[in-house]
Amino acid sequence: MTLFRSLGPAMSALAKLLRTTAFRLTLVYLLVVALFAAFLLGYFALNTRRLINEQIERTVTSEVSELSDQYDIGGLRRLVYIVESRANQPGSNLYLVTMPNGAALAGNVGSLEPGVIESVGWVETAYRRLDETEGEGHVALVKVAELPGGFRLLVGRDLAERERLFRIVATAGRWSVAIVLVLGLAGGLFVSRRVLRRVDAMTDTTRTIMAGDLTGRLPIAGTGDELDRLASNLNVMLDRIEALMRGLKEVSDNVAHDLKTPLTRLRNQAEAALRNADGEGDYRAALEKTIAESDGLIRTFDALLMIARAESGELRDNMAAFDAAGIARDVGELYEPLAEEKGLSLRVEAVATAPVRGNRELVGQAIANLIDNAIKYSVLTLEAEEKAAQAPAPALAEVAGRPAGGPDEIEHAPASAGSPLSPGRAEGAEEAGQQAPRAGDNAPPEIVVRARIVADRVELEVADRGPGIGAGDRVRVLDRFVRLEQSRSQPGSGLGLSLASAIARLHGGDLRLEDNAPGLRAVLSLPRAAPP
Amino acid sequence: MSPMSRLSSAEQDTATGSTGADKGHAMRLLVIEDDRDAAEYLVKALREVGHVADHAADGEEGLALALAESYDVLIVDRMLPKRDGLAVIGALRGKGVTTPALILSALGAVDDRVKGLRAGGDDYLAKPYSFAELLARIEVLARRHGGREETVYRVGDLELDRLSHRVVRGEEEIVLQPREFRLLEYLMKHAGQVVTRTMLLENVWDYHFDPQTNVIDVHVSRLRAKIDKGFSQPLLHTVRGAGYMIRDTVAG
Repeated sequence: MTLFRSLGPAMSALAKLLRTTAFRLTLVYLLVVALFAAFLLGYFALNTRRLINEQIERTVTSEVSELSDQYDIGGLRRLVYIVESRANQPGSNLYLVTMPNGAALAGNVGSLEPGVIESVGWVETAYRRLDETEGEGHVALVKVAELPGGFRLLVGRDLAERERLFRIVATAGRWSVAIVLVLGLAGGLFVSRRVLRRVDAMTDTTRTIMAGDLTGRLPIAGTGDELDRLASNLNVMLDRIEALMRGLKEVSDNVAHDLKTPLTRLRNQAEAALRNADGEGDYRAALEKTIAESDGLIRTFDALLMIARAESGELRDNMAAFDAAGIARDVGELYEPLAEEKGLSLRVEAVATAPVRGNRELVGQAIANLIDNAIKYSVLTLEAEEKAAQAPAPALAEVAGRPAGGPDEIEHAPASAGSPLSPGRAEGAEEAGQQAPRAGDNAPPEIVVRARIVADRVELEVADRGPGIGAGDRVRVLDRFVRLEQSRSQPGSGLGLSLASAIARLHGGDLRLEDNAPGLRAVLSLPRAAPP
Repeated sequence: MSPMSRLSSAEQDTATGSTGADKGHAMRLLVIEDDRDAAEYLVKALREVGHVADHAADGEEGLALALAESYDVLIVDRMLPKRDGLAVIGALRGKGVTTPALILSALGAVDDRVKGLRAGGDDYLAKPYSFAELLARIEVLARRHGGREETVYRVGDLELDRLSHRVVRGEEEIVLQPREFRLLEYLMKHAGQVVTRTMLLENVWDYHFDPQTNVIDVHVSRLRAKIDKGFSQPLLHTVRGAGYMIRDTVAG
């Protein structure tokens, strides 16, 4: 019972082995090989038998005709004499001469099957020689001829040789089939086990992956065979899935944080309005705030959706050739007045054409995001400069009744308010409506939008003079929602850079963040297309 | 937010209610939308501003109504029971009905818009939208259908010649940058109608993305400085919560 039980797993393992594709294929091959071997040997045996028969027949026929001739020449006496002399030689053929009444006259045959001597022609018969009394009977192929005068002559040859040969061939056949079967089965089991072990390893890995551990990878034997290729392809697939899952988790974490914060604010405002509002004006103000807040939420949500769709490659359908340099010029022109209003200057340096294949809207959106970012952070630097400029004369600022450094102050501060230590900042450029001169301290912080062709890439660059991003943070900021601490107070969803990065990847390119010394240089590098 | 408040404080606000309907342009509209609340809200709001609005709750009903009645504009939700919004528009266009259609869709991405317009829609608005945006767009759609393609646009004493690219206010010639010219051209083409910021971005710059900041406002205020500065009668008005409108307030 215990033995049986312990055999249980082994049996099931064997059963599993026998069910493998490799083993079944082996069985099919074995059957084919065995049938072929059997057919070949059978054919060989039959032909050999026929050949031996023919040989015997030829010998016997010639001897019969020779003896008949002798009978014709020298009569019965001569025949008997020759037969007797031949019959007594060792290993001789069978001979028998009978009287018309059937009595033996000469020869070495002791007994025959009944009726053999009566019928003229060929026959296979059991016989016994004269000198044998007991023992196994032999089989011979004999020919009976009738001589003139009613005498009969029988000449035959023992078939033992033929039977022996046939047996040898049959034995060889059985052995070879057996060997083929044994070797084939063993080989089949061996191959199946090897394959099964690798497939089992893969199955185990997939099971742990299915259980939720996405870090597992299929083992690769290193032989480069079809299983290896399958495994490495599956591993690539797993990498992709893992990245997507990580992205999804990150998104849900970030959504929880960055969407819930404004939602909470929204709710609180509504509650506060219900509780405290005094009259229509308050309600109106609260509702307007609510709309503005929900617009912000919608914007964040749209950006998230867009990133998700860009990353899934879903937007790849509507791709066409367009001129990225033209987009840089257009979007630069779109933002130039805004930059100027903020006390910055925005300049576009673009090659004549820079063909890219992709989605014009999305690339436009990416550049817009980069410029938007550049403006936002350049304003930060302006603010900081303003603070620094005001620091030596804090009393002055307080007299003016101004909380230091609010964004409104930057835009509205008249140039004259600047202390001697801040000799005319950006405000000077506001009226001019044109490029401010670049040289000297009077130049407003400059944002440069560039479009250029570098080898087989089209590079769209937005360079600013803002605070820049430390080398350590440059990769991290491309993630969704990441805003460096210094910019937490800035408006914006924190999705601008990650959307630009997702758009770059959708087009087979990437977004690089570099040091503009000082400031940030964001380079959207896209594959160059054939000129449209 | 600050530049925005500066704009609105510096300029005359026009009341939100000053729409086409006020001037006797009541439109017949069909809202095909399966969400009961959304449809109810929309129909009510459209009636409040003086339009006549019918409602169909699914694609089949919408198609039947659009074929049987004569509407100025169709407002079609993209995803509808029984028959998809795009299929409804396709079927109408197949039968030779050219009533302008505005597609509403929760799918806002760029390619969906392209699909919608390709299917025969005339404009596309992503949900959630502001009612002011929707209203501005259907009014422009209804007018476009009427066809207004003159070579010279006139609003008050402002004149824009589309062939010679000359802009004159009173006796004075105004020099505009090419983009400013296109901006003014679009505003004057839809004189008396509210034109939203996204409509300007779409039609003057040909971009459909959300610029996140008030880039358009700055362009408009530059244009305003050129055409209104020094004249007693402002023509380019900010419509609070909606957009802009060019209009001669004296002439009505």
